[in-house]
Order: sequence, then C-alpha cells, then structure tokens
Amino acid sequence: MASIDPSLSPHAEADGPRRGERILAFAKSAAKLIATLLVTVLGLLAITFIIGRVVPIDPVLAVLGERATAEQAEAAREAMGLNEPLWVQFALYVRDAAQGDFGKSLLTARPVIEDIARVFPATLELATIATIIGVVLGIPAGVLAATKPGSWVDQLVRLIGLMGYSMPIFWLGLMGLLIFYGNLGWVGGPGRLDTSYEFIYDLDVPQRTGAILLDTALAGAWDVFRNALTHIVLPATVLGYYSMAYISRMTRSFMLEQLSQEYVTTARVKGMPEWRVVWVHALRNVMVPLITVIALSYANLLEGSVLTETVFAWPGLGLYITNALFSADMAAVMGGTIMVGLVFICLNLLSDALYRFVDPRARP
Amino acid sequence: MHFRKPVNLLSAAALALVIGATAPAWADTPSDTLVIADKIDDIVSIDPAESFEFSGNDMLNNVYDTLVELDPSNLGPLVPGLATEWSLAEDEVTYTFKIREGVTFHSGNPLTAEDAAWSLQRAVILDKTPSFILDQFGFTAENVAEKIKATGTHELTIVTDKPYAPSFFYNCLTAVVASIVDKKEAMSHETDGDMGYEWLKTNTAGSGAYKLRDFKPSDRYVLDRASDDYWRGDVPMKRIFVRHVPEPSTQRLLLERGDIDVARKLTTVDIAGIEGNEDITVNDEVRGRLMYVAMNQKVEPLNNPKVVEAIKHLIDYEGMAGSFLKGQYTVHQAFLPDGFLGALTEKPYSFDVAKAKALLDEAGVGDISLRIFVRNDQDRLEMAQSFQNTLAQAGIAAELRTGTGKEILGEYRARKHDIYLGAWGPDYPDPHTNADTFARNPDNSDEGKHTGILAWRNAWPAVEVNDMTNAAVLEKDTAKREAMYLEIQRIHQKSSPFAPMFQAIQQVAMRNNVANFSQGGSIHSAFYWPTTK
Repeated sequence: MASIDPSLSPHAEADGPRRGERILAFAKSAAKLIATLLVTVLGLLAITFIIGRVVPIDPVLAVLGERATAEQAEAAREAMGLNEPLWVQFALYVRDAAQGDFGKSLLTARPVIEDIARVFPATLELATIATIIGVVLGIPAGVLAATKPGSWVDQLVRLIGLMGYSMPIFWLGLMGLLIFYGNLGWVGGPGRLDTSYEFIYDLDVPQRTGAILLDTALAGAWDVFRNALTHIVLPATVLGYYSMAYISRMTRSFMLEQLSQEYVTTARVKGMPEWRVVWVHALRNVMVPLITVIALSYANLLEGSVLTETVFAWPGLGLYITNALFSADMAAVMGGTIMVGLVFICLNLLSDALYRFVDPRARP
Repeated sequence: MHFRKPVNLLSAAALALVIGATAPAWADTPSDTLVIADKIDDIVSIDPAESFEFSGNDMLNNVYDTLVELDPSNLGPLVPGLATEWSLAEDEVTYTFKIREGVTFHSGNPLTAEDAAWSLQRAVILDKTPSFILDQFGFTAENVAEKIKATGTHELTIVTDKPYAPSFFYNCLTAVVASIVDKKEAMSHETDGDMGYEWLKTNTAGSGAYKLRDFKPSDRYVLDRASDDYWRGDVPMKRIFVRHVPEPSTQRLLLERGDIDVARKLTTVDIAGIEGNEDITVNDEVRGRLMYVAMNQKVEPLNNPKVVEAIKHLIDYEGMAGSFLKGQYTVHQAFLPDGFLGALTEKPYSFDVAKAKALLDEAGVGDISLRIFVRNDQDRLEMAQSFQNTLAQAGIAAELRTGTGKEILGEYRARKHDIYLGAWGPDYPDPHTNADTFARNPDNSDEGKHTGILAWRNAWPAVEVNDMTNAAVLEKDTAKREAMYLEIQRIHQKSSPFAPMFQAIQQVAMRNNVANFSQGGSIHSAFYWPTTK
C-alpha cells in the first residue's frame, strides 16, 4: 500500500494527442457517472415507492382522519391517484419528478421541494458542525491511541469511544440538556433560537440559505449568531461525540496498520523525529480510507437524526421523513429519499476528488 | 447518572472551550408574547372546512369566529358570536341569525351575512371530513344554496330538514367547521372553482382575535393580534408563539428555565417532577377524550352477552387510574364525557374476577383466545397490558396486536379486530356527537360501510337504543333531552359491546404569571385570546 507504482506517476508530461485522449476519457467517465447516477436514483425511488406502498398504512386515512365517510375516502383516493395500478403511479411520479415537480406533501399541503428547503438547512448546519467536532477530536485521539497501543491513553480513547457507541443518543441529549441547559445554563435550550431572537431572525436577517449561522454571519447579525451558536452547540456536541467515537476507532486501526509498515521503520532508522513519522508520514497514508469513513459518517448525520431532532426540538430532515413515513405521505418520503440519495452521491464525488488531492496515485 | 461523571466533566471542558466566556444572557420570553410548547405535527390543513385535528383547531379557534360562541371563562352556555341574536320560527326548521355589525376581517373587508352564508355553504360543498357536523341538518351540495342564505346584509336564514332540538343546532355552530371565512379574500385566491381551498389549506382569512403570521409545519406557528378593538373584548397578548416540542422532558426543561410560558404535553412523570417549583402552576382540565374497549360482534364468543359482561368486569379501572394513569385519566364508564349535557357519572362496573369467571361459566364458551388491537402509544400499551393481565386471571388468553395509529385504525374501520382499545374524542359540544357514534347504527351490514360509526365498526346493530338516539336529537325541551341521554347511556352500559373506561384529564403547566389560559375543557379547543401574563 505504501510503495508507489512509477507507472502511475502524476508527473508524466501531457503532449498533444494524449491530451485529446484524456478529454475523451474524461467525457466517457463523466457520461458513465451520470448514467450511474440516474440508475441509482431511479432504483432508489423504485424501492422506496414499493416499500411505501406495501406498508399497511392508508395515506387517505392519514389525511382525512378517523371520521371520514367511505365516500370521502373514495374521493380522496381518486384525487390522490391511488386507484391507478402501482406501476402507473410510479411512472407518473417519475415523469413529474423529471420535470422538477416532486408533488405536494399530504401532511403539510406544501410542495415537497419547499418543505425540504426548509428542513434540510437545519440538518445540514447540525451535521456539519458535528462532523467538524468529530474530525477535530476523533483523528488526534485515534492517532494518539495507535502510537501507544495498550497504554492509558489508548484505554481512555477506547472507553470514550465505546460510550459514544453504546449510549443511546437521546439519553445523552437529554442528560446534556438537563445539565448544561437546565442546571448550569451554559447553553441555549431546545430549538434553533430563543423566541425573541427568532423574531429578530425572521424580520431583520435576510434568509438566504436557511442555515441560521450562515445567514446571520452573512448579514453581520452577530447577537443572533451567538444565540444560534449557544443553541446548536449541545446537539452538535452530542452528535459530534457519536461521530468522534467512530472516527477515532477507525483512525486507530488504520494507523496501527501503517505504523507496522517498513517505510515507518526506515524513517525511524534514518533518525526522523517520531512526531514527523506519525503525524506526517503515517497519517498521510491513512487519509484515503479515513476520508471514506468521515464522508460516511457525515452522510449519516445528514440523513437527519430523528432522536436528536426530537429531543432538541430541531426541525430537521430526520423528523420530516419519519413523520411522512408514518403517514404514508409518499411524495414527502420520495422527496426526502432523493435528497438523502443526492447527499450520498455528492459526498462520494467529493471524497473521490479528495482522494486525488491527498493521494497522487489516484490522480489520472 | 453518577457513573457518567468523568464524561460530563470532559464534555463540560469541551463546551466551555467552544462557547468561551460568553455564556448566554438569560432573557425571559418577550413580555408581549405568549410562548406555548405543544405537539403540532398533527396539523394537516388549516382550512376550517377541513381541519379536524386538535392542534389545527386550537389555532383556528383563535383566528376565526363563529356565529355562536362558547365563553372561555364559563364553558357550557352559548354566548353571542358573530350573530348577536338568533331565533327559531314556528315551523321549527327556520332559523334566523342577526349578524353583528361593524366587524371586519383581517383583510379589512367588512363581515356580512353573505360571508356567513358562503362559509357554511362552502363547508358543505367541499365535503371534507368535518362537513358531517353541518350535513346532519340535511344540507347537501345541491340544496345548500337554497337552505342557507343571506336574507339581508346582516341577516342569515337557515332551514333544516327536520325539527331538531335547537340546542343541538346551535352547539354544532360553535364547531370550527362553522367558522366564518372572508369570502372576498378567499375567492381572490380561487383556482379551478375550489372556493379558495388550496390557498386556505396553508393561509387564513378570518375575523378572530389573532391573524396567522407564519406557520412552519412541525416547527412552529406565530399569531399576531389582529386589531386593537376585538369585538369580543380585550386581547392582552400581542403575539402567540406555538413551538413544536415533541419530547415532553424537553418541554419541561424549557418551562423550568422560563424559555416558554406554557407546556401542554407533559407526562405525569414531568408533572411530578415540577411539583414544588414555585415558579410553575399546574392546571388540571377535564378533556373530552374517552378511552374505551370495544368488542367486535362478528367474533365468537364476543357476541355472547355474558362474555361481554364478564370482560367489562375484567378491566382494572381503579387500579389503572390510581397508578400509571394518575393525573391523566379519571374513571368514566359512560359514552358522554363529563361536562356534556346529560353526561352519566354512574360506574356500574368494577374489577371482579370471581364474578367474571361465574359469568364465563354461565356462558359455557370454553377456552377463549383473543387479540387486542392497540396502537403503539405508551398510555394505550400500558392499558392494554394491564387488560391482558386481568383477562388472563379469568383464563382468557389475549394477544396484543400493535401497530402505528393509522395501521390499527385501518383494521378497526374494516371490522378486522377482535377487541379494540383506543380513544374517542367528541367532535362538537353536543351530546349527539358521541350518541351518534356509540349508540346508533343505521345499517349493520358490511355493505353499509358506516366506517365512521363505532357501533358499525363493532358490528353492533344498536337496536336497543337506535330509536331513542334518533328521538333525543329532536327533543326541544332541554331537561327532557338530558333525561333521555341519561337513559340511553344506562341501557348502553348494560347491553352494548363497549366498555368506556376513562376520561382524559389534561394537565397544563405554566409559569406563574400566566392567567386565563383555557384549553377548551371537554367540549372545545384552546382559547389563547383571553390569556394574560
């Protein structure tokens, strides 16, 4: 893994005809990528659609409630197109979706796109900060643990990681709220802002992105920004802890593998300082698998965490999709699924790009 | 909690680093704003012709007005609303309402009898779920323009198909579905002849104390005081902010910190936890929701009256109400909740295994095994488990069939259950609302498809009470009407396959400075507008 294959050297000069070949190759790979993308999204939709239709929930009841008469239910079923054969319903959905019309949510009576544009920034903000916390704390912890396997540092990192893994996240969230919000008053409570700041945000801050931290920073509304920060810090820490646990465990095992490689021994024999061996040589070599791990953990957080969102009254994607699922609100479920699918695809592309950046062998 | 100490310290250190020295300044809620924590993800539509969920009706009760109203400080007797006077002609079917003058909608349009007539017609024509509240007076999409009409700028005339008890009709007019909508405003948003339906699903056009400023589903809604002189009186709070906080413990923390003024969805555990907190007051309000057990008469041997009676004795009413339901439910065994005209408070059934066994022996049905259909909801599951236990004590093997609310409801409406354990809430403040569903079955055949009627769902023909229920709704004399409902409930207690068990109590916790907040008791939705703080 550590040896470099000279045939893949990035420094080969590109001359005329080879550049043409490259462009062709690039176009080919782009076409392939788009095709894969389409097939993935379509497959995702088909599976979601089928699952959504076989669950024993009647979307008509979800909307009309308990008192609806048989005639009203029938009229609603007709209006929702539920009397069409399943494949026709699916084809109609895909046709509309291809034109950018993802339908209206049954529960909110609004276009699904609008709903997602409202809930996703909340999740994005939370997941991003949580991932930053996870990376900033998780990687050093994992590296430290790997350099001294079996030591107290290693044990401590393992213990903290294990707790992050095994403790139910809603419990952690509630305890965090109880202590840091309820007793100590160090952080803001559930929700994204205090009530009065929420009014200021509504009236005075242009809502360009829906992500409060970003919007307020762009507008220079620093008091609202600070308030938002005190609200996000706790849920982000809880989620970040979870992600840190995962990242530190993975970093540790990747590092252990690298540290037993011959190039590490060589470097040490040559008298290179130990910090340089560990933090530069070995760490650089674990970046590729680590990026995959981080991207996956980030993507997981971006799906929205239902329990965290419930405990912290955080109006995000997880709650939205879950509510929609329980009511068989298919347009909303499908819209949410596409969103999550796109998130995974984008993060995949992003990590591919990052591989190239950190690992010369991955460059074309 | 103790074993977590090292981690707490660690994360405390991390947090301190992140926030730095700038601990947030603690402000109470804004003094002109009432902040309420509630669960509002049940709202599907905020069109009054369609809204039929608790949270949606709470909102609309403060945004729209009705012809006849309930007084939040004295729930029960009707008070003038948008109609200042009303009368019934000698033909006993023609009602005349005098519409209040000088009232304007939030849009500034003046409110006239034409708006009133149009709003009621609209609810009938759109034919959404709550339309039955009006339809039961003989209105149909075809005849409603004839039956409900403006007979002057400020005079509305309504003709019913039968000489109903006037109290029944007036009570129904207090329901949200009978809200008066701004015709001009709604029609300006009409698409494809929908009478503004698509627009009103997410917007409002009322004359109430508050106008809707902003609604984010499953997140929050904000109401602004509509004007300085609301015709019903003083509206002290400038703004109502209802926040969706799904987790009760979170609501409790917010209330304790003073970040909200009212917490509406606390559990008994939370209520016990805040007891002794001098800044918080807890109010108990009896609500209209009943918890009941129903036995499908299509299922052997539940169609044996002895078995039904035995099962009614196999519910540990007091045991449950005194333990895990404490503070949330009170024992109530008749189909009319306390607070309604003619509510029966007698409790003929008690938990009695010996008596149940004797009845089962008499019935001679041998081993019984059944499924109890119940939705995944903590209270209900606990009730179902207790019930399962007590059934077992008399040798009845019961299995719990659980699922999401919509799943179980679907099976219940399709008559596929054995025993159903669930809730029923009244739809409008008149005894007929529950009598109509518990004690009346127009056609018991499968083809009848009266899926909205509980007697039908349980395949109970209700022959013992059908005629009485039909008669009670026509009785003019309120005292006689009350006596009839008492009688119907007594017969129902004895002969029906229903065992009403509990009536809900809702505990609302608020900061001490909040006063006059009413959740609407057992008969109505919440009133925000008289609240002060």
